Parts: sequence; structure tokens; C-alpha cells
Amino acid sequence: MAEIVLDGITKRYPDGALAVRDVNLTIADGEFVILVGPSGCGKSTTLNMIAGLEDITDGTLRIAGQVVNDRAPKDRDIAMVFQSYALYPHMSVRDNMGFALRLAKADKATIAAKVEEAARILDLTQHLDRKPANLSGGQRQRVAMGRAIVREPKAFLMDEPLSNLDAKLRVQMRTQIAALQRRLGTTTVYVTHDQVEAMTLGDRVVVMRAGVVQQVGSPQHLYDEPVNLFVAGFIGSPGMNFLGAALEQNTLHTSLGALPLDDRTRRALERADAPRELIVGIRPENFEDAALTEHGGGVTCTVTVEVRESVGSDVYVHFTQGGGPAPTAGLTQLTQLDELDQLAELAADSGRADTGMQEQHVVARLAPATRATEGGPLDLRIDTARIHVFDPRSGANLTHPERPAR
Amino acid sequence: MTPPTRARDAALPKAAGPSRGARQERRLGLLLCAPAAVVMLAVTAYPVGYAVYLSLQRYDLRFPDQAHWVGLANYGAVLTSPVWWQALGVTVLITVVSVAVELALGLALALVMHRAVFGRGTVRTAVLVPYGIVTVVAAYSWQYAWTPGTGYLAALLPGGSAPLTEQWPAIGLVILAEVWKTTPFMALLLLAGLALVPDETVRAAMVDGATSGQRLRLVILPLMKPAILVALLFRTLDAFRIFDDIYVLTGGSNGTGSVSILGYDNLFTALNLGIGSAISVLIFVCVALIALVFVKLFGTAAPGTEPERR
Ligand SMILES: Nc1ncnc2c1ncn2[C@@H]1O[C@H](COP(=O)(O)OP(=O)(O)O)[C@@H](O)[C@H]1O
Ligand SMILES: [Mg+2]
Repeated sequence: MAEIVLDGITKRYPDGALAVRDVNLTIADGEFVILVGPSGCGKSTTLNMIAGLEDITDGTLRIAGQVVNDRAPKDRDIAMVFQSYALYPHMSVRDNMGFALRLAKADKATIAAKVEEAARILDLTQHLDRKPANLSGGQRQRVAMGRAIVREPKAFLMDEPLSNLDAKLRVQMRTQIAALQRRLGTTTVYVTHDQVEAMTLGDRVVVMRAGVVQQVGSPQHLYDEPVNLFVAGFIGSPGMNFLGAALEQNTLHTSLGALPLDDRTRRALERADAPRELIVGIRPENFEDAALTEHGGGVTCTVTVEVRESVGSDVYVHFTQGGGPAPTAGLTQLTQLDELDQLAELAADSGRADTGMQEQHVVARLAPATRATEGGPLDLRIDTARIHVFDPRSGANLTHPERPAR
Repeated sequence: MTPPTRARDAALPKAAGPSRGARQERRLGLLLCAPAAVVMLAVTAYPVGYAVYLSLQRYDLRFPDQAHWVGLANYGAVLTSPVWWQALGVTVLITVVSVAVELALGLALALVMHRAVFGRGTVRTAVLVPYGIVTVVAAYSWQYAWTPGTGYLAALLPGGSAPLTEQWPAIGLVILAEVWKTTPFMALLLLAGLALVPDETVRAAMVDGATSGQRLRLVILPLMKPAILVALLFRTLDAFRIFDDIYVLTGGSNGTGSVSILGYDNLFTALNLGIGSAISVLIFVCVALIALVFVKLFGTAAPGTEPERR
């Protein structure tokens, strides 16, 4: 158990690729931290640097207060779970789990006891003498976990440990891993590209993009107060809706109608010296069916429902907004390349690009009592107090409460 | 594969037998195999059979009229002759030492080539050069190099020594020539085996605390075992039949002859077809035994269990 401190960690591969840029992160003793981001954003590289499997180009890495930049993996006392599990195919499950202890010259009785204990926790006792090739995917995954926990290391590092499992097993193992980590209280760094996994597992989530940390915070914090377009779009499912907007006299003119600014937003925009053209972000649950509510707060608009999906507890309503400035057009004019990149990346990541539904596509999450019908009109109320306003030039969330005043 | 099929067949009512479709398929299969089988019989079984036939006769080419049947007498003559055992000893020595050295060097080379980040292609080509040179040509250059007066290597030795004329130094030089020529082949086979070892498994061993030696011994080598066995089998069979290097370097004199040299001498120098054929057959039996030992002892012990590997 130990604290892990990344201080200005940078990785440049020999071929010149800058995979990780200036990561500063303090992982407290016993904390469960998730590194999340789209594929290729440098998560594995960061994890491998902590493990000692990749050299650190720049910066300092401390584990339990000691600088370990130049230490070999075996001298760092950390355990790792790989995506492919990386079990030793020629050894039995027992020998796989006891391998590290055997190398550490623990005596036979201790090894046997620890392996038995881990096997009991992971429900592997009856498989101890089998070879990995004869196990199911879920069992192999548990052996990989077992190999890590028998060592009682300073920290666990896990690189997408569940992505080779089928959906149901993944959810099951996710819960098990969370419970196991609580129980052992070992510092854990967990890498995933799946934001649902990130949100459900971690004490704190680190969102990365193109080698740069975007935001660090609790899952709820990331959800409620994303610092930029990227985090806003990456966290949450279905993702946040983005609309082009024109700012005029304390009102945001969008394709869903004019959204008056409340005091908080107005002050934030003034402080940030906001441009006229903006991007508005509305989470699906910040819409409600106007017919179901009494109070008259917020703004109502009328849309035509294209698709209605009921998942029992909620109803998702999809529509493309009619009239108003098309956000894509606005975005193309306004945003710099980098920000377009962000949205394109998000669209690709969420699969939205593949369906041909671009940003003008809006999803609302409504109570199951809604009368919305496909093809019919629907009055929606927008909770304007919860909207986010982004600067299209930088992607920054201008309404973020911790935004430093300029 | 056979037992389950048999079990299923047994479960069927006796009279039914395999269905008509299955029988036809079988016949077609046999027909399709037939040409290959015929060619194999013509080019391998016939010469081997003829050698066995010759080995059972007293047959001296200088006196072909006196050829007659002698049963196993030729084998008796060979197996009781110290010359055979001496040649067999030399052959086994050369085989064991050269294959062991090749394995060690080949593994080292393969590891270097596997790790090489740049110039992989160049390194591989460079390593393969000795293998590309015709053995006899290479053997002659070794011979000139070690001959006193003409050779640059002999010149390095204390004056007056002619290593190729003394038994032990000559055997050493034969082994050196063998190793020089075939290590690249070994290295390439082992390199292919190294590619079978998943990167993440080796990384897992690093994190588990294995030193580089332990990673090699406890993880990489066991996972490469199938490739190592194939390489060893090829090389052992090849080395056991060593002929050209010895023929050129020493001609088999001074107790440096291998069994192949002995067979050659009897067949083509002494023209004694009976004894020569008996020696050939004995070499064939040895080679078959070596192959059998490899396949039986190690063949079934691939890492992991079979089903996944297929
Ligand atoms: N060995 C390597 N050599 C060069 N570039 C690499 C290497 N490994 C990864 N990269 C690059 O570094 C970036 C981050 O990779 P990685 O950390 O594996 O991403 P992630 O795990 O987030 O999907 C990618 O752009 C990838 O192409
Ligand atoms: Mg990765």
C-alpha cells in the first residue's frame, strides 16, 4: 500500500511520438483511480511507466515517497493485470498465482497458503491444478487477478482487465473488482476506455485525451462540472447534446428557441469575456415533458419526435431540431481545428458518426409516463439552470464554477 | 483422434457400417493420396528396400559373380568391428557437441535479432550468409585456412602444428566448421519460436519480479519449446549424417571418420556393397531411433494443452 505521485510525467517514444504530456497526479494510499479516455490517448503508456515497463522521458515518479524512475519493475513492488491476462500457459493456475512469490523466495508453505487464500476469495479453488488454456475467459481473468493479489503489493495496476469479457460477465466482474479493492484497500490504478466502467468503479477518474489530462475528479464531479467540450461529451451515456448558439442581450438563441441566461451563467459569461457565437450543452435528463409538470420554470420548446426508446425506467426521445442556427454550420465556421477534432473524436467514440446522426441530433431522457409518440409533436421543458456553455474556440466550459476569472 | 471415432463406430449397430456417402468419401480420399504415395514409395521405399536387400548379401563389385546370400552376417561383421564403434563414437560426439553449441549460439543470436530495433533485415541477412555458402566450398576454405604454410589460421598456431592431422584437434575443427555453417539456421528457427512468445506474458514476468535470466529460463524457453524441439530434431538428424565437412577437412583419416564416411569408404572405395549397405541401413536405423525419441519423449509436451493450440 502506498501513495503514487506523478510529477510532470512525459513520454516520448523513440519514434518521436509524444504519447503522454506533463501528467501531474497524486494517487492517495488506498485510492482507486481510473484513467479513462479514447483509444490511443496514452493510458496504457502512463500505466506502463508506473509499472516500469516503459522508460519515463521526463518528470518524476514516486511510489511510497521514493523516486522510482530508474528502478526495474521487479524493484517497484507493484502487480499488474493485463488486458490479455498474460497468464503463463505452461504453468498450472496454482503456479501462475504463486510465481511472483516463488521468485521472491518465499517458503513453500507460505506460498501454498497465500495461493489457497486467493483462490478461495476468487472462487478458483477447484481449478488450481488446471492449465490456463482449459479455463473460460472469466476464470482466466480471475487467475490474473489472483496472481496480483497473492503478492500483497504496494499497488495494483490494471490495463483494461475486463475488455475481453462478454457484457454480462464484465458487469459482474466490475462489481467484484470494486468489492475486492475496498476489502484489500490497496492503491489501484485502473485503465479503461469505457466511461461507464470509469464512472462506476473509481473514487476518482482521470480523463485523458491525446496524452494530456483533461480533468481529474469524482465521477459525479466530472458529470456535473466538465471543464471542456471533450469531458462533457465523453462522460455520460447518452452523451451531452451540443447546440450552436448566438449570444444576444443575455439570451442564447439556439435552434431549440431562446434560452434566457440565469444570473450564474450571465456572470460567468461576462467574466470569461465570452464571444457571440457559443456552444450550448444540455444533458438528456435536463429535458422534461412539459405536459407532465405543473411548474412553469425554464423554457419550453416544441419538437417532432423521431425515435422513442423505452428502457422501462426511462424513455429516450430522439429528435433533430428544426430551424435556428445549425450547430454544425456554426461549429465549422467558428471552431479551430483542435476543437473540431475533439467533437469528431467524440462522435467517433460514441458511435454517433457511424449512424450518420451528427450534432444536430438531440436526445432527451423523459419520465416513463410521457405521451410522446414517434412522428408526433412534443413540448419539452429545458432546465436552463443546468445548461453548460462552451467557448467554441478553446472548448472550455465557460460556466464551470472553478474557472479562474480572466 | 482415433479412439473417439472407434468408440462411436462401436456404438452403431454392426450391420450398418459407415454410410454410403462416408465410404465414397473415403475412397476418393485414398485415390487422391495415391499419386503422392506412389512417388514416395518409388523414391524412398525402393532405395531403402534395395539397400536392405543388398545388406543381406556378400556382394563385392570387383567380383560380382561371387555375390551370394549371407543373411545377417554383414551386420554381425559391422557390429563386431571396432571401426564401426569408433566411427559411431566420433559421430555421436560431433553431433552432441555441435548441436549443443549451435543451440546456445543460435538462441543468443535469435534473442539479439528479436530485440534489434533497427536494421533487423540487414542483421538477418548477415547472419544467414554462412548458411548460404555451399558446404564443400566453405569446407575447402577452412581446410586451406588450417593447412600449415598456406593458411592464415594455421599461421596463428605455434610453428609446426598441423591440427587437421591430429585426431582431437581435427574433430574440434570439424565441429567448428559445422557450427559456423548451421548456427544461422538454428537462429532463424528459434527466432520464429520467439515470435510465438506473447509480449505481455514476458512483461507480466517482469512485473512479477523475474530477472532477465529467470524470464528466459522460466517463461520464454518453456513457451518456445515446440520450436526448440523442431530445431533440435532437424539439426540432430543432419549432424548425425555429417559427411562433407569431414570428407574435405580430413578425409576421415586419423580416427576422425563418421559413420557416413565409413559407409562411403566401404561402398565406393572398397566397392563392398554388402558391408556398405549394412552400414547404410544401420545409419538409417539410428536416424529413425533419434526421430522416434524426439517425437515420443518431447513431442507431446507442448506448453498449455493441445486443444487451444490447434
Ligand atoms: N511502442 C510504441 N512506440 C511508438 N508509439 C507508441 C508505442 N506504444 C504506443 N504508442 C503511441 O502512443 C500513443 C498512446 O498509446 P497507448 O498508451 O497504448 O494508448 P491507450 O492505451 O490509451 O489506448 C498512441 O498514439 C500510440 O500510437
Ligand atoms: Mg491501451
